[in-house]
Amino acid sequence: MMPLLRVAALRVTAGPSFAAVEGASFDVAAGEILALVGESGSGKTAMARAVIGLLPPGLAVTGGSIVFDGAEVTAKTVRALRGPGIGMVFQEPMTSLNPAVPIGVQMAEGLALHTPLRGAEINAACRAMLARVGIADPAACLNAYPHEFSGGMRQRIMLASVMLLRPKLLIADEPTTALDTLTQAEVLDLMVGLTREHCSAVLLITHNLALVARYADRALVMRRGRIVEEGKARALLTAPREAYTRALVDALPRRGPPPLPRAPSEPLLRAEALRVDFAGRRRFFVRGRAVQAVRGVNLAVHTGESVALVGGSGSGKTTLGRAMLRLVEPSSGRILFRGQDISTLRGAALLPFRMACQIVFQDPYSSLDPRMRVAQIVDEPLRHMRRLSSVERARRVEAMLDSVGLAGFGKRHPHALSGGQRQRVAIARALVRNPDFVLADEPVSALDMTIQKQILTLLRTLQRARGFACLFISHDLAAVGEIADRVVVMQHGEVVEEGDRDAVFDAPRHPYTRALLDAAPRLEGG
Amino acid sequence: MRLRLNLLIGGTLLGIVTAIAITAAFWTPYAPRAINLRRRLNAPSGTHWLGTDEFGRDVLSRLMVGAETSLTVAAVTVLVALCIGVLIGLLAGFFRGWVDRALMALNDALLAFPGILLALGLLTVIGPSKWGIVLALGLAYAPAVARVVRGSVLSLREREFIEASRALGNSELYTLWRHVLPNCVSPLTVLATSMFGWVILSESALSFLGLGVPPPAPSWGNMLATARPFLESATWLSIAPGVMIALCLLGTNLLGDALRDWLDPRT
Repeated sequence: MMPLLRVAALRVTAGPSFAAVEGASFDVAAGEILALVGESGSGKTAMARAVIGLLPPGLAVTGGSIVFDGAEVTAKTVRALRGPGIGMVFQEPMTSLNPAVPIGVQMAEGLALHTPLRGAEINAACRAMLARVGIADPAACLNAYPHEFSGGMRQRIMLASVMLLRPKLLIADEPTTALDTLTQAEVLDLMVGLTREHCSAVLLITHNLALVARYADRALVMRRGRIVEEGKARALLTAPREAYTRALVDALPRRGPPPLPRAPSEPLLRAEALRVDFAGRRRFFVRGRAVQAVRGVNLAVHTGESVALVGGSGSGKTTLGRAMLRLVEPSSGRILFRGQDISTLRGAALLPFRMACQIVFQDPYSSLDPRMRVAQIVDEPLRHMRRLSSVERARRVEAMLDSVGLAGFGKRHPHALSGGQRQRVAIARALVRNPDFVLADEPVSALDMTIQKQILTLLRTLQRARGFACLFISHDLAAVGEIADRVVVMQHGEVVEEGDRDAVFDAPRHPYTRALLDAAPRLEGG
Repeated sequence: MRLRLNLLIGGTLLGIVTAIAITAAFWTPYAPRAINLRRRLNAPSGTHWLGTDEFGRDVLSRLMVGAETSLTVAAVTVLVALCIGVLIGLLAGFFRGWVDRALMALNDALLAFPGILLALGLLTVIGPSKWGIVLALGLAYAPAVARVVRGSVLSLREREFIEASRALGNSELYTLWRHVLPNCVSPLTVLATSMFGWVILSESALSFLGLGVPPPAPSWGNMLATARPFLESATWLSIAPGVMIALCLLGTNLLGDALRDWLDPRT
């Protein structure tokens, strides 16, 4: 039988010197779920976009053939295929819906173009589909605008509008990478359920191997534009043939060794009944409802300890972390650093605290000043250590860069570094003053799996060598399991569970913790 | 490659004009203010390469000396507008709150007037002179700069490297100077080079209304303005300064693009 999609010797190039995809051949059978796995820059997105004829300018198909449903896909025929033939869900739910157009109008576009349905029929079809993807009030949703929904909800709406046309093939390009673990599981379960009902095949593009184990029938592994391994998903993960696939499998986070028991000590940094409220948005005459991001949280971090703060998007974990570092003003409560209340200090009085506490941000693309060189970035924190001579400063910067594995990168600008290298620079900047406490706010969630592994290992090594305490904020329990001694779970601005890592992981008491653990994709058992 | 070409053409054009402006006084073929009523409105010829004006003064000589006035006025005006505008924009964008509201209310009130009207009003108070024009036009163009800078700052202050700077214990002023301002440079170079052209044209408009660089001192603007009655009979009078203004604008715009690319670490 002819497969639904047959790609043969596909070549996608940008100019004569760069090939994004080089001689890729694969089939997708009707109704199957095929995962396409690879790191950033492996060509997986370029290949998927070539199939649906949506290559970004500069890239072009320069060889091979794409046969869909028995007919060659060409620039002329591809437009008719989009929608009823091939649907696509994009990575970024925040930007893939038009913010200026109501959702109902956006969903109706495809139906009006590709089906004989009109007016009320279109409306009914949209409402039914929105109800199917779990939107509480479909009729109201049709008149609402995208900004009224969270990322997970928008991805559901996106999925609904694509599946309305019952495509024979759904291309999902990292559909849940921007979502937290819990929402990721919900959206993917929904996507699989929906495509089973319509017998649609799925091409799932992801860098996360754990998702492959859970959802895909077969998988392709791509590296540098070539398909390096292909096989049944389970076999590929449990017995990879290629060294590269094995490296990917090894990069999956595993729970670290149990933490050593530590002597009881005074907490280094402690939040006491900390509240953070954000004033509501001001409209013409009234102020919107205030948002209580953090509602009276007690949290202590001891010297040298590694504490993970876990929760979904909107749980208040990031706000809590920033408030503890005095980057967000707390509304009430106290923050004690070595027993001293620092929650009201300002200006120069706060400097000793700033010297001792540092932060590593989630997004290494926005946390480094694009106009500064790496050495300048790492040197900047030292300007407050006035006793250091310029020679000592230079030596210290060099040693710091060396210890994060970036020796010789000092002269570069951030744009000339990869995501993982930038995160190393951010870590170097945070650690160059030898702080006692480091807040790591989702430090690996913007990175590929293999790079995540490297950064987590680096953090653990540096922590062991330098002995700083670390508050590690994450929605990803797998990464947490690798690095944390203690786990604190937050939901709706409150701490719902707190305990040693193994206790929380093996015997969660709160239902929210259990839900988080169930949603976390894992190789074993998943 | 494009960078080099921009730099080459723009640099050459501006370099020549600047060199003429600086040295003009020493080698003009005639005295630029010497009136010769027997040679009024002569067409370009071997003796007067670009012809003579309505008082028989040599157009080429006036053009050379006028370059100095026009370039100085344009360059200093742009500097004045940048200084005022950047200061307002940085403070308003970075500190938000009542500082922002007060500064922007003032700024928008100024923006609501046509720039030339504002300059006119100021000039009638100050009185027409070279430095009066600089001050008046500088103030008239500053609100546009403030708007551009404020816009850049508003998006920059949400970036995490600003928060990182705060977490390092850096003061607000240091952060503003070291991290915010340098990242506003790209839009500012573009704005500054286009402003350079607008200022030369505004000066000519002011001359037209009798408030420009006061005669008999030549500037490209007042040469263009006084050429208007002779547009049909003596076209060379308006073509000569017109071409110089156009070349100068081309030069600054190309050089501005080259400067922006050169200052951007990504290129």
